[in-house]
Amino acid sequence: MFKIVRKKELNSSVTLMEIEAPFVAKKAKAGQFIIFRIDEKSERVPLTIAGYDREKGTVTIIFQKVGFATISLGNLNEGDYIRDFVGPLGKPTAVEGKKRVCVVGGGVGCAIALPSAQAFKEAGAEVDVIVGFRNKDIVILEDEFKACADNLYLMTDDGSYGEQGFVTVKLQQLLEAGREYDEVLAIGPVPMMKFVCKTTEPFGVHTMVSLNPIMVDGTGMCGGCRVTVGGETKFACVDGPEFDGHKVDFAELMNRNSVYRDREAEVSKTHTCRMETMGKKLIP
Amino acid sequence: MANMTLVKTPMPEQDPQVRAHNFEEVALGYTPEMAMEEAGRCLKCKNPKCVEGCPVNIRIPEFISLVAEGKFQEAYEVITSTNSLPALSGRVCPQETQCEARCVRGVKGEPVAIGRLERFVADWYRENVNAMPQKVESNGKKVAVVGSGPAGLTCASDLAKKGYEVTLFEALHTAGGVLVYGIPEFRLPKSIVANEVKKLEAQGVTVMTNMVIGRVLTIDELFDMGFQAVFVGSGAGLPMFMNIPGESLKGVMSANEYLTRTNLMKAYDADYDTPIIQSKAVAVVGGGNVAMDGARCAMRLGAEHVYIVYRRGEAEMPARKEEQHHAKEEGIEFKTLCNPVEILGDENGRVCGIKCIRMELGEPDASGRRRPVEIPGSEFVLDVDTVIMALGTSPNPLIRSTTPGLETNRKGCLIVNEDEMTTREGVFAGGDAVTGAATVILAMGAGKKAAASIDAYLSK
Repeated sequence: MFKIVRKKELNSSVTLMEIEAPFVAKKAKAGQFIIFRIDEKSERVPLTIAGYDREKGTVTIIFQKVGFATISLGNLNEGDYIRDFVGPLGKPTAVEGKKRVCVVGGGVGCAIALPSAQAFKEAGAEVDVIVGFRNKDIVILEDEFKACADNLYLMTDDGSYGEQGFVTVKLQQLLEAGREYDEVLAIGPVPMMKFVCKTTEPFGVHTMVSLNPIMVDGTGMCGGCRVTVGGETKFACVDGPEFDGHKVDFAELMNRNSVYRDREAEVSKTHTCRMETMGKKLIP
Repeated sequence: MANMTLVKTPMPEQDPQVRAHNFEEVALGYTPEMAMEEAGRCLKCKNPKCVEGCPVNIRIPEFISLVAEGKFQEAYEVITSTNSLPALSGRVCPQETQCEARCVRGVKGEPVAIGRLERFVADWYRENVNAMPQKVESNGKKVAVVGSGPAGLTCASDLAKKGYEVTLFEALHTAGGVLVYGIPEFRLPKSIVANEVKKLEAQGVTVMTNMVIGRVLTIDELFDMGFQAVFVGSGAGLPMFMNIPGESLKGVMSANEYLTRTNLMKAYDADYDTPIIQSKAVAVVGGGNVAMDGARCAMRLGAEHVYIVYRRGEAEMPARKEEQHHAKEEGIEFKTLCNPVEILGDENGRVCGIKCIRMELGEPDASGRRRPVEIPGSEFVLDVDTVIMALGTSPNPLIRSTTPGLETNRKGCLIVNEDEMTTREGVFAGGDAVTGAATVILAMGAGKKAAASIDAYLSK
C-alpha cells in the first residue's frame, strides 16, 4: 500500500499528489513514469513522474481528472492509501551533451515537462521553456518554471495571461528570429506535439515528444502501447515514452488512443448518475 | 486385482453449451470414489517409466497406491516431497507427452490418469486440511528470486525449505506470472494460485509485488543489498507481431494484452474497471495453448464467431489435444492451413476483416515439421472485428540490458551452464527466460534444479 502524503489542487481539474514510494523515489528520473492502481478492482493507469524527493522517499504526480480512474484518485485525500504504485518505468529524458534546448509544455503536460526542464538545466544546458494553457485559470507551475528556465514564455489561447496564442506561435517566432536549439522537447496533448514537430521540421531542429498511448502492464509484455516510429513498431513503455517526433505516426497514435472511448464515456456517465442518485438521497 | 478397464475414469465437466458463457472451471475434478477407482488402474510397475517422464520426478506409483487405499493426506505428502505446486501442474501439464506418455497402461488402452489424480490429491488437501507449511530455521543466507511465475515459485519454495531467507520480486501487482495473467480462470482458478503464494509466505518467503527488476533495482544492486545469489525466472513475456499491414488498427492486440485484461484485470467481470473490446467476430492467429486460451476467452466474452487461424494443419498444432478438443466443443471454428496477409480497417480505423491466404504443407523444415507453402491466388477475407495475435513470445530485454556480463543467445534467452548458472557468478536462471516460451512444468523443473544448485553454490 502507498500513502498519499500531500494533496494540492492546482486548478479546478488538475491535482498534485505526493505519494510515499521509497523504491520509486530512489530511482526516478525525469521523463519516466509510474503506473498506479487504486484498489483491487481498479485499472492500471500510467502517469509521468512530476517530481521526487529521494530523502523523503516520495514521488509527485500531477494529473487531470478526465476519466473514472483519475477522478477516483482525485477523490482521495492526504493519509489515504492506494493499492499499487510501480515505477520508475520507461527510459529517462536524454539530457546529456545538450548546450541549448527548448522545452515545450501544453496544459497538464507542463507537469511532465517541468522535471525534464530541470534535468536539462542541471546537466548544464541553457533552457528555454514555452508553456501553453487554454486560459489564465488553468495555469500551473509558473514559479517552478521560472526557477529553472533561462527564458520562460507563457502563452494562453485567449490571451487572458502571458502572451496570446499557441505554443507553436512562440516557437515559430523564436526559430525565425534565428534562435538555435540542439533539441526541442514537446510534452502535452497529441495534436500539440504533432504541431510542434511540424513547426520545427523546416528548421531541421531535432525534436523529441513524450507519447501517451494506452498501457496495461507498462513493462513490455503486452504491446498495448505500441507506436510506429520511423516505420518500426516500438513499445512506448520500454522503448520510450520519448521518441523522435519527426518519425512518429501521430494519426495512428490518435486512432489507437480512442479504442475504449465509447466505454469510457459510458462508465463516466453511469458513474455521474450513481453520484447524483446518492447525492439526491442525502440532500433531497 | 487391478482395475483392468481400458479407459480412464471420466472426469465430470461443465456442459460445453453452458461453460462457453462463463469463466468457471471447465473440468470439475474427481470425487474420492472416482479417484480411488482410477488409482486402481495403476499396475505399480517395479521400474516405473511414468516417473522418468515427469520433469520433477514425482514418485507416481507410490502416491497412486496411497490414493487407491484412500490415504489422501499421505499421497499429498509423497507428491509435495518433490513437487511444490501439484494443484497447478495437475491442471496445466501436458501429461499426454510427459508422465502419461510413458504409462504401460497406455500401450493397450488409455494410460492411468496421473494428472487428474495429482489434481484430486492437491484439491482434496486444500479443501480438507490446507495446513500451512512450517517455517524452517534460517541459515542466515539471503537469496533473491526475480519473477513469481512457476519457475520462481518453485525455486523460492525449495530454497525456503532449506532455510534460506528468500525474497521474491514480482513486476506486476499480483504474484503468479503466467498462472495469473495468462492461463484463464476456467482452466486454473486464481484462488488456487493465491493459496500457493500464501503457502510460500508461510514458509517465510517475502513476496514483493510492483518491483520491476531492471528498473527499480538492478541485479547488481540486489547483491549490494546483501543477497548472496539471484535466481532469474522472468519468463518470456515479450509478444511477437507479424509485421503485416493493418496491425496497428483498433481491434488488433497481442494475446498477452487480451489475456492480461481478461484474467489479471478481470475485464470479464462488470465490477472491475479495466475495459476490454466488445467483439462480434474474432480471429485468433496461432495454434498454441495461448491461442486456444485467447479464443475460448473471446467466446466467453460474448463473440458470436471465434476463428483459430493457423498456417499449418490441425495435427501440427502445438496446443494440447485436450484444449483443442475443448475449444471445438465450445464452438470455436478452426481455419487451418491459412495465413493472414493483411488486416483490413474501416473508415474509423477499426478492424473490419482479415485477409488470409490458403497454405499447403511442403517439405519438412529444420524443426522436422512440414513447412507451410502459400497457394497462389487463394486469398479470402474473414469478416472479423478483432484480431488476437498469439504467435509466441520471447524473453523481455529489461534484465539482460541492465546487467553487465549476462550473456544471451541470439533469441535473447539467458545462457546457463549445467547447474543453471548464468555467465554471471551467483546469478542463476531458469524457465522461459532460458528456454523461450515452453511449459509450466518445465519451468517448475528448472526452478527446482536451480534451487539445488544455489544451495550447493552457497554451501561451498
